Order: sequence, then structure tokens, then C-alpha cells
Amino acid sequence: MSTRTVVPARAAWSSMIRAGESLTLTDLHGNQAVDFLVYDAHDTAVRYSAPDTIHAQGGIFLTTGSVLMSNEHTPLMTVTADDVGRHDTVGGACSKESNTLRYGHHTWSQHACVDNFLAEGARHGLGKRDLVSNINWYMNVPVEKDGTLGIVDGISAPGLALTLRAERDVLVLVSNCPQINNPCNGFDPTAVEMTITGKNT
Amino acid sequence: MATSTTYGARDHARAQEGARAEAMPVVPASDWPDPPPEAARLVWAETVAGGNYTHRVLARGTEIRLTDLRGDACAHLLLHHADRPWERLNVADTVKVQWNAYLGEGVLLLSDQGRVLASVVADTSGRHDALCGTSTLVRNTERYGDGTPHSSSPAGRELFKLAAAKNGLEPRDLPPSLSFFQGVRVREDGTLDFTGSAGPGAAVTLRTEQDVTVLIANVPHPADPRPEYVSTPLEVVAWRARPTGPGDPLWDASPEGRRAFLNTAEFLAARGTA
Repeated sequence: MSTRTVVPARAAWSSMIRAGESLTLTDLHGNQAVDFLVYDAHDTAVRYSAPDTIHAQGGIFLTTGSVLMSNEHTPLMTVTADDVGRHDTVGGACSKESNTLRYGHHTWSQHACVDNFLAEGARHGLGKRDLVSNINWYMNVPVEKDGTLGIVDGISAPGLALTLRAERDVLVLVSNCPQINNPCNGFDPTAVEMTITGKNT
Repeated sequence: MATSTTYGARDHARAQEGARAEAMPVVPASDWPDPPPEAARLVWAETVAGGNYTHRVLARGTEIRLTDLRGDACAHLLLHHADRPWERLNVADTVKVQWNAYLGEGVLLLSDQGRVLASVVADTSGRHDALCGTSTLVRNTERYGDGTPHSSSPAGRELFKLAAAKNGLEPRDLPPSLSFFQGVRVREDGTLDFTGSAGPGAAVTLRTEQDVTVLIANVPHPADPRPEYVSTPLEVVAWRARPTGPGDPLWDASPEGRRAFLNTAEFLAARGTA
């Protein structure tokens, strides 16, 4: 059996995923960045660590086989299928505050991912101390030889999906990125789909 | 010296004054034996042992110089606003806002509030890292047999937990950290090459742009491929200086940085502290 939810453009979503269950994210319209955090459901002080994930796999891009590691260097989820090829975990989430630096103060009133994370996290007792560098599924962030790094046009397309298997009971927080000032979602936020599949299906 | 009585024990303890260890703070800092030119303004002078940690609250406008004395130090660093620790170093914003994954002279260490916590004003190493974070108990136990704080192979995160606790902070307050003196470079396909260090004597100087709590763990970089735990002393020297102000080349070095300094100035002016 599975449960299927469409997360509208700009919206937040969260769910518990039990050990052995899988979560499939489908980029319904293409080039939509999905900001993603994952916590041990029973001890939320144990949460996704971008640096542990990067150094455990020896590289910055996430794809099939990538193990999402916690800050205690334990596995939280594993990418078991990926139609896209690479995803970002360096760039973090957009916020009202970082938008003022990246684009200018005119962006202050715009909707941003950190607000989604804070609002959705609060439903689970999570606050600002619990937000750390996250994953950006479908977002394309190359690093040049001289270290220049930036969000460029995506390489996803409508219908492309990736699947994560929970290695323990986890709590997943998603912000379906509302950013309209960079190409992370083609300057046009769109809906994505979340499908949770039981371990026996 | 007999320590069988309270008087004897007291005399024995007091007789230790003036003893020197290789790794120790010198108090007052102005007694540091090898002072930089700013000796009169020294506020912190310490040698941090390999596999150890330190922490200090520093006022805005302090310069802090870290030196890799023997070539195998790695200074893992976290910054929290001293009064409001929920404002803290944001590594993702630091690299994304400044369009660069590598740390070096001129880089601003940004908080998650669109402001500057500290800036890098000098760097003779060029081997730093914003991607791999620090080491953990699990990983060090796998690699070296132990990772607890007082073992022979302490993990950076375990030392950060202790340093954080001494400032009223918990593990939930520890975001991804930076490391200085041992780094990585990213290949085109996203994989990493470990650079190792630049050798003995490399130094990096940070300037605090707000009042900050500094947590430092001196432990091997997590991507250090050597099978043995190699960690040598780190020198920390800090002195009163001035924060970056309008007219400083760093203030206008990039439009993103200028807005970060402007945001910081507005925040401090509104608080009545600058």
C-alpha cells in the first residue's frame, strides 16, 4: 500500500517514515527545488548532517547509493533510485535574511524556505536551533576549479523521481521551495508529489 | 612535600604555580612569550593541544590569529552570537551568498540572520574546508578505536559538545562547522581531494564583527586519510582591534558582503551597541 500527497507550489510538508518504508519524491513539472531535512523520529537532536554525508561518500552530489548521514555519523535514509543523477546539499535553504544578501532588500517580503521549515517544524516541537544545512533535491549547484559555486539551471524534468528508504524511523521536513530569484525552480515554483510506500510493497 | 594534612596539601597545590605545559593558556595574555606587535592589547594567548578544545567569548572588533605550529593542527570552528546563540554560523549561507566553496582572505563568516559574525583578514595557509565538518564518535571509533573526549583519538563533535555545554549550549546548538589548516578541493564530478596542510607556521587571522562565542576543536580533519590519529598543537592569540567599517576595502569587496555589513551595522545601531 502507499499514500500519495501532492505538495502545492511554495508549501511545506512533513511526515514520519518508518524504518524500511520508502519515500518517493516526484518532480511533477520539472526543475522544482525540494528543500529537505530529516531527523531521527525518536531523538530529534540526531538530524541530517550535510558535512557527514559529504565526507562519508567523498563527494558533494547526492544520487543513487548516497546515504543521508546524521550528525552522529549514523545512517538516516538511503537514496535507492534517482532519475536525475545529482542533487545538492551544499547550498542550504533560502531565507528572508539570506535573500537580502543575495539579491537585495526588496526581497524581504517574499516567501522563503526557512519560514516553511520553522512553521512545519513547530508542529513537531522543532525550532530554530533544529535547522541545519539541508538537502536540495533537484537543485544543481556545481563548483568550479577556483571554488566558484552557484545555483544554475536545473537538470530535472517533468515526472523525474527519486526514492529514499528510511534506515530507522525518521521525521522528514520538506519546503517546496518558493524562491523566485534564482533558477533553482526555473523562477516558477511548482507542485511536487510525495509517495510513502510500505516495506512490503 | 607531605600531603597528609590540609596544610601540606595546600602547600603542595600552591607550589605548582608557575609550572609550564606545552599546551596551556597564558594569563594575563600580555605575558605571552612571543607576542605579536599588538602585545599591549592581547586578550587571549593559548596553545591548544592536539586532540583538545578551547572556547572564549570575544567582543566585536577582536582579531584572533590561529597558527598551525607543526603542520598537523586542524582548527574546527563554530561561532555563535554571544548574547543570542540561536544566531550562529551558517556554513551554507557562507558559501552560497559569497558564490565560493573555499575559505580564504576576505571571506565573511555569515550568521543565519544575513549578518557577519567574523571576517577572514589574513591567511597564509589556503587549506581550509567548509564542506566536511568535523569528526564524530562513531567515525573515530571505526577509524582509531575510540572517539571519546579523553581518549587518544577524541572526535571533534564530542569536544564541541563539551565546549558548547560550558557556554550553556546543547548538541542541538551545534550546526555544521568550518575547519582551518586542512582542506579539500572539489573535482568537476563533485568528488573530493584532501589537500592536507600547508605545513608548519601557517596562520589565519579572523576579525570578530559581533560579540561572539568561539568554540574550537583541534582534531584531525575527517577526510585525513592517514590511519593514525595525527593532531599537533594550535596556537591561538587574540587582541583588541577594530571591526570592519565603511571605507575598509573588505566592506565593499562584494555587493553581498556590503549588504551583510550594512545589515550588521543596522542591527547593532538598533541595539544601541555600535
